[in-house]
Amino acid sequence: MKRILTTLLTLMLIQSLVAQKATSDDGDAKDCFESLNRATFAFNMGLDKAIFKPVSKGYRMLPSQIRTGTSNALNNLSNLITVPNNILQGDFRSAANNSVRFIINTTIGIVGIFDPANSIGFEKSDKEDFGQTLGVMGVGEGCYLVLPVLGPSTVRDTVGSLVSISGGDAWYNITVKNDTNYVNESDYYFSKGLSGVDFRAKNLEAFDAMEKSSIDLYATVRSLYLQDRKKKINNSNDKTEAMEDGDWDTLEN
Amino acid sequence: MKILKNFVVSIVILFFLINNSWSKTASEFINSLSSEASNILSSKLSEDEKIIRLKEIGEQSVDIEGVALYTLGKYRKTLNDSQKKQYKELFRNYFLKSFSGRLVGYTDAKIAVLSEEIKNEKYTIVYSKLIGTSERPEVKIDWRVYTKDPENPLIRDLVIEGLSLARTQKEEFNSIIANNDGNIEALFENLNKFIEN
Repeated sequence: MKRILTTLLTLMLIQSLVAQKATSDDGDAKDCFESLNRATFAFNMGLDKAIFKPVSKGYRMLPSQIRTGTSNALNNLSNLITVPNNILQGDFRSAANNSVRFIINTTIGIVGIFDPANSIGFEKSDKEDFGQTLGVMGVGEGCYLVLPVLGPSTVRDTVGSLVSISGGDAWYNITVKNDTNYVNESDYYFSKGLSGVDFRAKNLEAFDAMEKSSIDLYATVRSLYLQDRKKKINNSNDKTEAMEDGDWDTLEN
Repeated sequence: MKILKNFVVSIVILFFLINNSWSKTASEFINSLSSEASNILSSKLSEDEKIIRLKEIGEQSVDIEGVALYTLGKYRKTLNDSQKKQYKELFRNYFLKSFSGRLVGYTDAKIAVLSEEIKNEKYTIVYSKLIGTSERPEVKIDWRVYTKDPENPLIRDLVIEGLSLARTQKEEFNSIIANNDGNIEALFENLNKFIEN
């Protein structure tokens, strides 16, 4: 707990240092490290073409029951980060719902492969993470970052990820930090890699279409990532935040 | 007798007017538009023929000029009349190619309109979803419909799972211009390259 607090405070300090530079005049996030980010993005795209895309295509050829089961198990595991963040955001109802879902699906649902909790009324809710919690607490997103292998992020979201590996993620704690007889470090990295492949496989066509129709793919991905994070922090599933863009009203016609 | 005849004629005209204005509500507009697009996509037409038909739909139903100006963002005011004319033409070609190219791969796209929200006299938001299949999850799609002329509603933005396509386009274009010291010609060059490829 002490380590989490120390990390949080240190990183919030870094955040405050970059916060003033982080927003441009028109309210868009500022890309303070654009040259470096573009280089990292090009590296990630190469990695995607060489590894993630072919693996995802192969994964898509598996029977849909296997893919659904894998996706369910990974979602179930993500509750270990979602529940503490539900609590930190004061959303105790979702915390209770997700805790019950985790217990039922891990046991009766066989490590989350099946989702019996949904059929008895505990419906799946949105994932939460420490980056979102910082956003809910009013911490600005800071500069946009592209991390090697991991992809788009912001200073705030990177801080959130660091909190996860500093004690905030129970799955990380039992695998990487405290090896047990049942799970070990490789299980953690395997689950993260599989999450990436699962996500990529679900978005194969969408990403291809985006790649084909973009004239600056880097800028497109940055815009989509930042819009998505804003939506998740505001939990604005019902009302579209993106609709509230005053620029539409300034058009002359 | 003449009064009765005028009365009946008035009722008939009124009926047609009501019927006509009802058919122009934003939800109805999106409903008929998505059905038309869905029919084209699921038809046995060749890919090139589908693209031609989709481009026709795009030209009739999207406010291409409005979207073009929106996507320039803060650079909108820096264009002179000749650049504005050139940009509108380039954007039109870019948009239709990009729009039809993105859609043509979807052969089983079915959209269900859920509700609408009138924001003001200029804009109505239509909420809908793309029906999921075994290969693809359900997707939430919201449409920003420009209703200044109620008889001719036009689409200005599509928001897919909370992500605005017009906003994304604006940030993409603005990034290109900003990375070329505010030179709008750099954007024109990129659009030309895309159209020619």
